[in-house]
Amino acid sequence: MNMMSEAAVEKALDQKMNDVSYKMVGKDVSVYYGEKRALFDVNLNVRENTVTALIGPSGCGKSTFLRCLNRMNDTIESCRVTGRITLDADDIYDPSIDVVELRARVGMVFQKPNPFPKSIYENIAYGPRIHGLARNKADMDQIVEASLQRAGLWNEAKDRLQESGTGLSGGQQQRLCIARAIAVSPEVILMDEPCSALDPIATAKVEELIHELRSNYTIVIVTHSMQQAARVSQRTAMFHLGQLVEENDTDKMFTNPDDQRTQDYIMGRFG
Amino acid sequence: MSQVVTPSATPAAARPRVRRDIGIKRRYAAERRFRAYGIAAILFGLVFLFMLLTSVVSKGYTAFQQTMITVPIEFSEQVIDPNKERATNPQKLLTANYPVLARNAVAKVLGVAENDRTKMREVGQMLSDSVRAQLRDLVVANPSIIGTTQSVRLLAAGDLDSAFKGQIDLDVTESNRKISDQQVGWMKQMAEAGTLAKHFNTGIFVNGASSRPEAAGVGVALIGSFYMMLIVLVLALPIGVAASIYLEEFAPKNRFTDLIEVNINNLAAVPSIVYGLLGLAVFINFMGLPRSASLIGGLVLTLMTLPTIIIATRAALKAVPPSIRAAALGLGASKMQTIFHHVLPLAMPGILTGTIIGLAHALGETAPLLLIGMVAFVANYPTTPLDPSTALPVQIYMWANEAERAFVERTSGAIIILLLFLIAMNVGAILLRRRFERRW
Repeated sequence: MNMMSEAAVEKALDQKMNDVSYKMVGKDVSVYYGEKRALFDVNLNVRENTVTALIGPSGCGKSTFLRCLNRMNDTIESCRVTGRITLDADDIYDPSIDVVELRARVGMVFQKPNPFPKSIYENIAYGPRIHGLARNKADMDQIVEASLQRAGLWNEAKDRLQESGTGLSGGQQQRLCIARAIAVSPEVILMDEPCSALDPIATAKVEELIHELRSNYTIVIVTHSMQQAARVSQRTAMFHLGQLVEENDTDKMFTNPDDQRTQDYIMGRFG
Repeated sequence: MSQVVTPSATPAAARPRVRRDIGIKRRYAAERRFRAYGIAAILFGLVFLFMLLTSVVSKGYTAFQQTMITVPIEFSEQVIDPNKERATNPQKLLTANYPVLARNAVAKVLGVAENDRTKMREVGQMLSDSVRAQLRDLVVANPSIIGTTQSVRLLAAGDLDSAFKGQIDLDVTESNRKISDQQVGWMKQMAEAGTLAKHFNTGIFVNGASSRPEAAGVGVALIGSFYMMLIVLVLALPIGVAASIYLEEFAPKNRFTDLIEVNINNLAAVPSIVYGLLGLAVFINFMGLPRSASLIGGLVLTLMTLPTIIIATRAALKAVPPSIRAAALGLGASKMQTIFHHVLPLAMPGILTGTIIGLAHALGETAPLLLIGMVAFVANYPTTPLDPSTALPVQIYMWANEAERAFVERTSGAIIILLLFLIAMNVGAILLRRRFERRW
């Protein structure tokens, strides 16, 4: 009896804490590509200052869900999103929300490193410049340096800021892209398989970076690697066939998942 | 030991390794055949290019030299202004009988008596009619030379020029050629004395139209072509690029835009003479713009060049990797910013190439210009695009229709000038491409 109540109290506390710290809330999110339905009523909440990993077999809709969070799906003409996604209680699909402003708050890092074919400095400075975040050159220099510092690229790049961003190695390019995303001071960073094109050493660096970024940003990461999800995330959501199978603490997910399908997937029985 | 010598003892080793026939030889043969076809195709093209250049250059290089006769001319007041009325009648200097001055000067050099009228006529035929204008301009500009003797370089007549360049067969019977034996004799005499010689022909670059080949040039045509290229560039590039960006990036994909796309592709294949008819109907008949003006030529060529530029620009925009757009959009750039800051600069080399190809195409276009009256005899420089003018290819076309031998070399000479302009434009395109590519 006593134990029960203690558990109940803990649960209630947990619930309360969670309520406060949800950065983004997805409610009954469905996505259609033309006639094809890609997501089925997904309810997934993203906690603040937490790394949430989205896992699942190819084509399960995890990237689709990720792209809903900053409305990158808008760029696909046939794509239609229903349901409700909020960022700090604002519905991001509400007509009053400007997509440009949303993307400045919810940054994105893509699967393949995609630096602009400009100098390293210009890569970082572009976002702050279009959003008017720097008042003068010194401000901009400061933003560039801080972003590169945070992305752990400063020491490698400080002497070659005017060289082309495409001249960096793959791992450096991806960290440059992360630095570029950080430079506009987003609240949430979405990462779509950021390490899939990188070698293990570069991957380790990016993972370390994600770990450090967690204290300041809310991060949602799509990954195909179970190990990566286990290493970098605190919460994990498992997708399958367009449905959210399970969302849980990463530790629990990988040791004692609630759903049989999660267990099977993690054990490598399908996917 | 015996086992090693006779490995056939074991059944597995006994079987000789049979190589599967997977058609290796056939595949290599096919490749060799294909390479041979490719080399043959390139050689075929090169042979024709070589023939074209040889033919044009061998016929045309002589057009850049012109036979001229340098003689001391006595600006006799008796001939120019016998009644001394030039102070009161300014028309007098314009209408004086200048050819006589030139003829007398040449006759003096040749030792022909001034009262031998048949010989004097033949002497006169050796000089271009343009000496009238040449001497008139000299005198009008500086009337004080009347009464003095000045050494003047006169244009030889076209037939004498052709004969001197060896383009007229002198073995033909005298009555069947345009230059008499007497004139040939004088020509040789003057050539030996150094009076008659070939000089660099600046006239072909600066003169306007003339029925006398020795005085004809592409000056007017060059200015007309320059105006038209300017108009095409200023109109077609921004309109074409704007249309492509809208169609490629903003327009919804529906039946209507599909229809537009199909039509643009078709327009690129419409015969250019149809554009000429359109220009005639719209710009001249409906809007009432002046005929033969390079403005209309430019407008017609703009319409003709637009599809080329639009197609090239759309291809260049499509070729920009989507990851760049995603990167910019993901940072919160608006669609417009994404396109103008990232997509367009990356597409620039392709757009420029398409534009230069379109311009080069327009520079060489003749048919539509014929319909809007640019095939005209224009002797005066057009000062604005609204003045009558011709274009380089039209000038070539007109000269090709002329009968005189001297126009043959001029036709080829003008083709050489046109080709040089095309080469210059292409070099410009390459340099621009380099520049834009280096910026990234």
